[in-house]
Amino acid sequence: MSKELIRLVDCSMAFDGELVLDHINLYFNDSEFLTLLGPSGCGKTTTLRIIGGFLTPTSGEVLFDGVRMNDIPPHLRQVNTVFQRYALFPHLNVFDNVAFGLRIPKTVEENGRKRKAKVPEAEIKERVLEMLEVVSLKGFENRRITELSGGQQQRVAIARALVNRPKVLLLDEPLGALDLRLRKDMQNELKRIQQQLEITFIYVTHDQEEALAMSDTIVVMDQGKIQQIGTPEDIYNEPKNAFVADFIGESNILDGIMHEDYVVEFFNRKFKCLDKGFAPMEPVDVVIRPEDIDIVPVEKGQLRGTVTSVTFKGVHYDTIVDFKGFKWLIQTTDYHPEGETIGIVLNPDDIHIMRKSQYSDMFGDYSSYSEEYEELEDATLGVEEEPQEGGDEK
Amino acid sequence: MKNKRSLFAVPYVGWMALFVVAPIVMVVIYAFTAAGGGLTLENFSRMGSYAVVFTRSFHLALIATAICLLIGYPVAYMISREGPGLQRVAMMLIMLPMWMNFLLRTYSWMSILENTGLLNRFFSAIGLFKLLNTVFGTDLEYFAMINTKGAVVLGMVYNYLPFMILPIYSVIAKMDGSLLEAARDLGANSFGVFRKVILPLSLPGVLSGVTMVFVPSVSTFAISKLLGGSNELLLGDLIEQQFLGTAYNPYLGSAIALVMMVIVVVCMALMNRFGEGEEQAVML
Repeated sequence: MSKELIRLVDCSMAFDGELVLDHINLYFNDSEFLTLLGPSGCGKTTTLRIIGGFLTPTSGEVLFDGVRMNDIPPHLRQVNTVFQRYALFPHLNVFDNVAFGLRIPKTVEENGRKRKAKVPEAEIKERVLEMLEVVSLKGFENRRITELSGGQQQRVAIARALVNRPKVLLLDEPLGALDLRLRKDMQNELKRIQQQLEITFIYVTHDQEEALAMSDTIVVMDQGKIQQIGTPEDIYNEPKNAFVADFIGESNILDGIMHEDYVVEFFNRKFKCLDKGFAPMEPVDVVIRPEDIDIVPVEKGQLRGTVTSVTFKGVHYDTIVDFKGFKWLIQTTDYHPEGETIGIVLNPDDIHIMRKSQYSDMFGDYSSYSEEYEELEDATLGVEEEPQEGGDEK
Repeated sequence: MKNKRSLFAVPYVGWMALFVVAPIVMVVIYAFTAAGGGLTLENFSRMGSYAVVFTRSFHLALIATAICLLIGYPVAYMISREGPGLQRVAMMLIMLPMWMNFLLRTYSWMSILENTGLLNRFFSAIGLFKLLNTVFGTDLEYFAMINTKGAVVLGMVYNYLPFMILPIYSVIAKMDGSLLEAARDLGANSFGVFRKVILPLSLPGVLSGVTMVFVPSVSTFAISKLLGGSNELLLGDLIEQQFLGTAYNPYLGSAIALVMMVIVVVCMALMNRFGEGEEQAVML
């Protein structure tokens, strides 16, 4: 788990003078499921293509086992790729697609002499059939690619890459073209294959749920920079900045002031929290996850707000609540009708504090969530008289 | 809904019936008609004496098609590798000669290839013949280029080459770039990518290119007339003579045309069979 396979050292990539990757430093461990997560244009696919050998970084180094690989073409790298649109060869059947890589003679070094070695056809057959079994496509060898469903094509693409026994498998949004149900199945399948074969998977996606469900490590990227690296739990519970907090799940993000360790002020109230290490009176971003907020009767609440819209989401209700003109998203299983005034209670572990960043004030406001925004703007004038009672929570 | 939409097909179907099906039917009827009227197979029994012309026509058309393929494929491939700007310019240059009248283009080759034509005058001006005559003791005054099989093939290649380049180019240019990346990713070097992916996937383009060059080559008459003189009579010339020339016999002409058509169709069918499994060839 701890052996390092690939390292990107200060990698930058520019297309036509536009910086797409901005001094990335990143390493990939053996047998790890690592996900590069970010919105489109964040540089995640560029990073993947640099590792695959399809792009040469403008500056910086790509190291495989400590050896510089910048200029080594894709066909000489021990990585294989599962492409976004599968890129299966339409003129070959399933078996020949999977066997494609094995049928190419490889240069092997023996006693210092290089020679071309071919995999014997019998071994090819054995390995292809074995791999088709791994991806649950036994019996499909002679099918034409065009006769397969999207999910089956996806499996062929995975088998075609894995049959070469790469050290690292690169997956570029491989589930993007599948429908929701199939995507969930394939997520489990991919995780199972990765654990069964103990290969490093580097997975690119913009789907945060997918990333949380499958990864050992998530790398959140935006604007060519790494925003945060961590386990799914870390990324979700301890987002580093407003971008990460907003991109991974829903978040209410507001301005606060850190009075001292474990004490933060927002909405003119002090709250207990679990964060420390900030300067006294440092302005911060406060994240409160919608599912962490407890709705209580008005008189028991630390804060009081008015419900401005309710959307039924199956498991829960998305309830938008107006606090002093700032709209929060609260996810609750209890129904609170529009117009009801409610109170909320925030426990110390519901509150997460982040340092101010370039992303502050860009995310976490649910004002646009409600269509009656302007109508409510007017309404707030009358309603909002924030109760100052309650005092410190200490 | 369906009926209404099929109404749009009426003009096309009518056009096809009038100008494609009707002439073919007439050719078939004529082919089986005697000069004086009445059903006969006589026209076909005379076909044997034209075997030389048949062989020559197919032979030359085959050579021209092969040369077009040898030149056209690499050209199409190289153009498709270039940037979009250069691609457009290159395709423009390839199409450009086709804007000029076919006969004019072929005439101009006459004045290039003639015994006293541009090429021979150029060779003589640089003293090539003198040199050759002194070295080999020959008595050359010009290269006999016009009125040869070579000149006819040259004319065919020159006129029909764009029809080979275009379909191959469009197939390669449209090819999904990720397929090529996938092949490289799986360990293929540039040659491997070409041989295992690009070549098999471009076969439909090759098939339609071959069709588009071979069919007009085998039935051409202007090229052979202008560049082949009276020595290199082709099927097209033979048929033309039966309709417009001194040997006026439209019944025989129809029979020859019919036999040629059948052979061509059989050839194409065989070729498409060979290319089966690839995507459907674009037949014209």
